[in-house]
Amino acid sequence: SACVMKLDVSRVVQGCRLGVLSQLGRNGDRSVEVPGCLLPTRCGSVPHLTHDTLRTLDSLPDATQLTLASLAEHQEVLEELKEGARKFAGLHDTVLYCSLHDPAAPCPAGYVTNKTVSVWGSGGRIELTPSRFMALQAAVKPDWYHSMADGDTRQPGTSRKRARKAVDRSLAFLDECLQLHHRSEELSKAEILGVVEGGDILEERVRSARETAKRPVAGFVLDGFQPCAMSAGVRHALLLAVTAELPDDKPRLLQGVGRPDEVLDCVRAGVDLFEGFFPYEVTERGCALSFSYDFQPDPEREVLERDGALKTEEEAGTREGDAEGRGPGSPFEMNLRDTRYREDLNPVRPGCSCYCCRSHSRAYVHHLLVTNELLAGVLLMLHNLHHYSRFFQALREALQVGRLDCLRRQVLQPCSSAPQGREEA
Amino acid sequence: VSSMAAVGVSAKCLDSMGTVNSALATGRAFAGAPLTLRIVAECPVSKARACDLTLPHCTVNTPVFMPVGTQGTMKGITVDQLEALGCQICLGNTYHLGMRPGPELIKKANGLHGFMNWKRNLLTDSGGFQMVSLVELSVVTEEGVRFRSPYDGKEILLTPEESISIQNALGSDIMMQLDDVVSSTVTGPRVEEAMYRSIRWLDRCIKANKNPERQNLFAIIQGGLNADLRKKCLEEMTKRDVPGFAVGGLSGGEEKDDFWKMVTLSTDHLPRVKPRYLMGVGYATDLVVCVALGCDMFDCVFPTRTARFGSALVPWGSLQLKHKQFAKDFQPIDPNCECATCRRYSRAFLHALFKADTAALHHITVHNIAYQLSLMRSVRQSIVEQRFPQFVRSFMARMYNSKEDYPSWAVDALASVNITLD
Repeated sequence: SACVMKLDVSRVVQGCRLGVLSQLGRNGDRSVEVPGCLLPTRCGSVPHLTHDTLRTLDSLPDATQLTLASLAEHQEVLEELKEGARKFAGLHDTVLYCSLHDPAAPCPAGYVTNKTVSVWGSGGRIELTPSRFMALQAAVKPDWYHSMADGDTRQPGTSRKRARKAVDRSLAFLDECLQLHHRSEELSKAEILGVVEGGDILEERVRSARETAKRPVAGFVLDGFQPCAMSAGVRHALLLAVTAELPDDKPRLLQGVGRPDEVLDCVRAGVDLFEGFFPYEVTERGCALSFSYDFQPDPEREVLERDGALKTEEEAGTREGDAEGRGPGSPFEMNLRDTRYREDLNPVRPGCSCYCCRSHSRAYVHHLLVTNELLAGVLLMLHNLHHYSRFFQALREALQVGRLDCLRRQVLQPCSSAPQGREEA
Repeated sequence: VSSMAAVGVSAKCLDSMGTVNSALATGRAFAGAPLTLRIVAECPVSKARACDLTLPHCTVNTPVFMPVGTQGTMKGITVDQLEALGCQICLGNTYHLGMRPGPELIKKANGLHGFMNWKRNLLTDSGGFQMVSLVELSVVTEEGVRFRSPYDGKEILLTPEESISIQNALGSDIMMQLDDVVSSTVTGPRVEEAMYRSIRWLDRCIKANKNPERQNLFAIIQGGLNADLRKKCLEEMTKRDVPGFAVGGLSGGEEKDDFWKMVTLSTDHLPRVKPRYLMGVGYATDLVVCVALGCDMFDCVFPTRTARFGSALVPWGSLQLKHKQFAKDFQPIDPNCECATCRRYSRAFLHALFKADTAALHHITVHNIAYQLSLMRSVRQSIVEQRFPQFVRSFMARMYNSKEDYPSWAVDALASVNITLD
């Protein structure tokens, strides 16, 4: 099948690509704005959410990520149903992207061979050959998916030899997948993305990008750049080298990077799409995203904020007690388990328009967390998805109006206090 | 009273039976109580009745099942979902909420309604039941229940005054008196002592209620499985001018033959113009039978708890969705159910999701609450349309494989109110 998916880049600002991926989906009538993120799922379902709760969000990512890791054990069921994961999971009308691994679940090293890769489902390890991998994709029926690949280069100190092997294997897997892809009736309308590997070895990364780009792929997945695998500096340099080898008219999706500061850094290196696991991870540690992405701050407010006039006593306290108050997460989130929120009747993030912030207080979410109530995950997931999705929207708008620096300043200002009473961007 | 429209009773139904309706009572339970009970229809055969119970936050159509939201949340369901399910009243547990987050904070948040952002009615229990069932080493004296907090080990005394004070802070539409709860399987002088103490505690609760114009206080009939003690309790408590009555001390593992006799004895002696709440009952058959015996309100953790174990309620029993037999079953839980879960998800998907994510629990919880509420709406509709006995017969035929499987206590209980099942 020829690649139908089309990427129109309307602007490039400081290396960041602003554009629209179009002619997507079954009927070719869907599009995805870039830079963007994907909606995370597990077993075809957005974690914690039902269709009704998901529907409360007014800005969902345009595309949804399925994972073979969580669907592989249901292969027979999907094959019997014959209508794909969308129908099976009762998903809303969305573009479906299917990856191999679940970025929010552990993926043990040492299980890739010349013939197979492994995924871990609820029942344990499942080994996939290229033909099983493709049979699974045919059963899942995504709109796009990436080819089978060897991404087992994440452990620090991975050798040059191992990185080369990962590139070779991934190219061989890609060729096999492409052959099967073109023969598959079920996947005739799906797009296949090639996977760029190579660990932290520059020459291997360049070779992988160059060779993958020679194949008839619709776009590129950049794998093995997880924060655990390399420093931000190394990652940036490698990404620049990789994207320089890739054609401008095809999308690049980066796996395993989700923190807002890292997203901004990688977008500058030419990345278009990110996975959506970050808001889920934040939810799982009982935290709520609270960083500012307001790239058009009210000048008057800016002065007041600088003078500390808008900060409540408690927010000033947040700053002092940063380390213990923030708990397990990144500086972009607030730890609602912390006792400081016990009696705080403010919304999680004042001015946020998500269901959680419109309906409930920090004290209520704190109560749900300390009593281990299931609703905590629901409310936090709604807020975090909303916030993260709005962050990407703000990023696109900032690129559009030439205020990327302003956005970056806001985001990088660690855990900035929430502007009171208005929705950002 | 909010603009919440009554569900299930159309004007046409009422017109078509004007003769029945004209004889029915409407009125406040007692002067000043924030509750009115309008009897919409009574079954001409059994003791079943359909009422509109108007409470401060909206009108409740009875018979009603009240889902239990123990800690100020309905088990992963949002308040908007619960409202969309048509729930008009749900429960909060005073013991849990009194411990965490505590009455002071809830009061600051404009009561439990404000804290959990629930716009409809709330009923709170007294906290006494949990103390006896959850806390080891609780000691009951005339003063109250003394126990050690499982959270910080502190010794706490829950008196009738303290229970009402917490419930006043929670701001529930219906509060329950603190009663002296003994297991329904206990016999002997302890049952009598508990019954008389519950009457004395009722008086202390009535006196302690600071918001009688905003919060209704229900009495709880005790007396174990002893008919004389029950009668004595009924006689004493109905002398008090409380807005409603609960039948307590049952549904605790006693024989069903004893259970239904105590229920029917209680409704025989309760005033017709006040609501009757049967505590802790929630199995479908029990609900239908106890409506026939004249009860209006029910609560139980069963439908939501069993959902979290993967069990979905259906008119023919339940489906254990974790079982392998559902792995490739692409039907909804109940093809005739119109809940959000059944409109979108299959048994096979829920089976698969159960191992992967908590959303599976939410889907089944939504369905089970929908099942309970729609069962009660059908019960009500049949009472309004004067065909309740037929409804009971078809309900039983659908629930059980054959007449031989009908529980004998249910057959007997229904026969006692002139509903025969053959």
